[in-house]
Amino acid sequence: MASPYNDIVLEHFKNPRNTGRIENPDGKATEGSPACGDMVSLYLNVDPETKVITDIKFESYGCASNIATGSIITELAKGKTIEEAKKITWQDASEALGGLPKIKAHCSVLAVEVLRSAIQNYEEKHGLVTAKEDTTEEIVRKRLKKVMNPIKGLDMVATHLVKEIDINDGVVRIVLDLPENHQFANAIKEDAIEKIESLWDINKVIVEFTD
Amino acid sequence: MEKVYYFDNAAATRLDERVLDVLTPLYFDRYSVATSEFGYSLGIEAREALEEARGQLADALGASSNEFIFTSGSAESSNLALKGVAKALGAKKGKHIIVSKIEDFPVLYSARTLEKEGFTVDYLGVDADGFIDLKTLESLITPETILVSIQHGNQEIGTIQDIKSIGELCHGKGVLFHTDATHTFMRVPLDVTDIPVDLITVSAHTLHGPKGIGGLYIRKKTPLAKIMDGGFQEFDLRGGMDNIPGAVGFAKAAELITADENQRLMEMRDKIISMVFEQIPDVMLNGHPSKRTPQNANITFHYVEGESITLHLDMYGIAVSTGSACFSRSLEASHVIAGIGGDHERAHGSIRLTVGRFNTMDEVVFVVETLAKIVENLRKISPLGRK
Repeated sequence: MASPYNDIVLEHFKNPRNTGRIENPDGKATEGSPACGDMVSLYLNVDPETKVITDIKFESYGCASNIATGSIITELAKGKTIEEAKKITWQDASEALGGLPKIKAHCSVLAVEVLRSAIQNYEEKHGLVTAKEDTTEEIVRKRLKKVMNPIKGLDMVATHLVKEIDINDGVVRIVLDLPENHQFANAIKEDAIEKIESLWDINKVIVEFTD
Repeated sequence: MEKVYYFDNAAATRLDERVLDVLTPLYFDRYSVATSEFGYSLGIEAREALEEARGQLADALGASSNEFIFTSGSAESSNLALKGVAKALGAKKGKHIIVSKIEDFPVLYSARTLEKEGFTVDYLGVDADGFIDLKTLESLITPETILVSIQHGNQEIGTIQDIKSIGELCHGKGVLFHTDATHTFMRVPLDVTDIPVDLITVSAHTLHGPKGIGGLYIRKKTPLAKIMDGGFQEFDLRGGMDNIPGAVGFAKAAELITADENQRLMEMRDKIISMVFEQIPDVMLNGHPSKRTPQNANITFHYVEGESITLHLDMYGIAVSTGSACFSRSLEASHVIAGIGGDHERAHGSIRLTVGRFNTMDEVVFVVETLAKIVENLRKISPLGRK
């Protein structure tokens, strides 16, 4: 079969490992959103003493590369400490899968990001976040890169939706190059707020539209 | 080769052997160009074959044979219709064109190209079933409007527009009307003595005919400028080597389509839709329940993604298509689903199944049962799939 996916990817797609949900997990995260395309959730349990990931599960509302990456990332992370797991990159996942089509990179990046977010969630919930850095425009921009622009199917930064970012006294103001009554305006706005408001020194996120 | 369940007949169809039988001699016996009546015998015979094919296809539309030209397919036909009218009338009458938002790419991108050349284009929206609104169309027509291009049947969701009313409106306002009938020609009644349309795009590739041959109906006296320079072929409207085997194969393909076959396609289409709605929860029909092309079923399966479905189906030898962004080369979600007001989520899980002559009811049952199994499994691993 002349598939763009190799046999390892197809095998993980057909029989994804560690799928499902953990009830009351130690850490969890969701990346993406149904309004904007692929979405992936990840749940993990961590040994409080050794900080080893003892159980990990994922759910995917996504394409083959999203599902296969979710599967491989759970395999790579299981049994590792959270510090080790944090270092797992998209390249590691892609290599373990024997390579992914380039055009599908963004679908699989989501599955890698969700692991990091779930670990971060675990750390935040368990008082393990030590180094608190001030939120900068760069940090906001980095987080907005995880928000998909459903008009293009790529993230909102890459598609030049973000016109302005201001950070002032715990308030982040984002101006989007989109009319307020646009079909996807609300979905993008909600997604952007969700990504920014969890930053420790931010207490308000304002999203404005151009017309 | 393993058994293939081909349910992508709106994209391309398997050639019928009876079509192959008529085009083969044109490659080996009467292979020459079509010459004028003063040419050699072989060339005169080739011309006769070409003209007979033209006559048959024109007749199928209720047209005269000098109102039908051959092209390389739908894309070229629609390019010629839009750009040819623009070139003929742009300076004389005006530079305004109206197309629907859910047109197939040849019309949509021809319109965009004309926009870059200084034309103004209105992209007419559609309702939740995919229908344009006549009153809105009427309100958009100005004295500068030279052409309205609204398809007959939609390529993705099958919605059939009321082209008779659209044509009457356009003609009442003195505006030319083009329709892309790629997905309706021979499948849905279309007669130019009844429907006031000036230009019609048709193609053989959706009718079990050869690829690379299409046609454009051009009502007498329609202003149209040539865009493909070459010889004086096709009433001097399209230069280039006559594709005589293609033309003859196209005519044969059209001839082989019967009312009974169209009825059979409709039964398979309706079976797909009713079985899916019986067996699979949380689904949504895209397009109108009855005003749709006989071959088209398009359904959104909530909580799952289309490329994942098509890839699983492919492992069973089942070929379908999806409006999901993940499936397309451009990574853009279907503009048709967006046009009917669907969000990304609706396009994400949309699957188009289109039937043809070589599908059977047994295949339909197998495909839907397999689909039900796959959707159930994918929902088990979806964060949205659990209730």
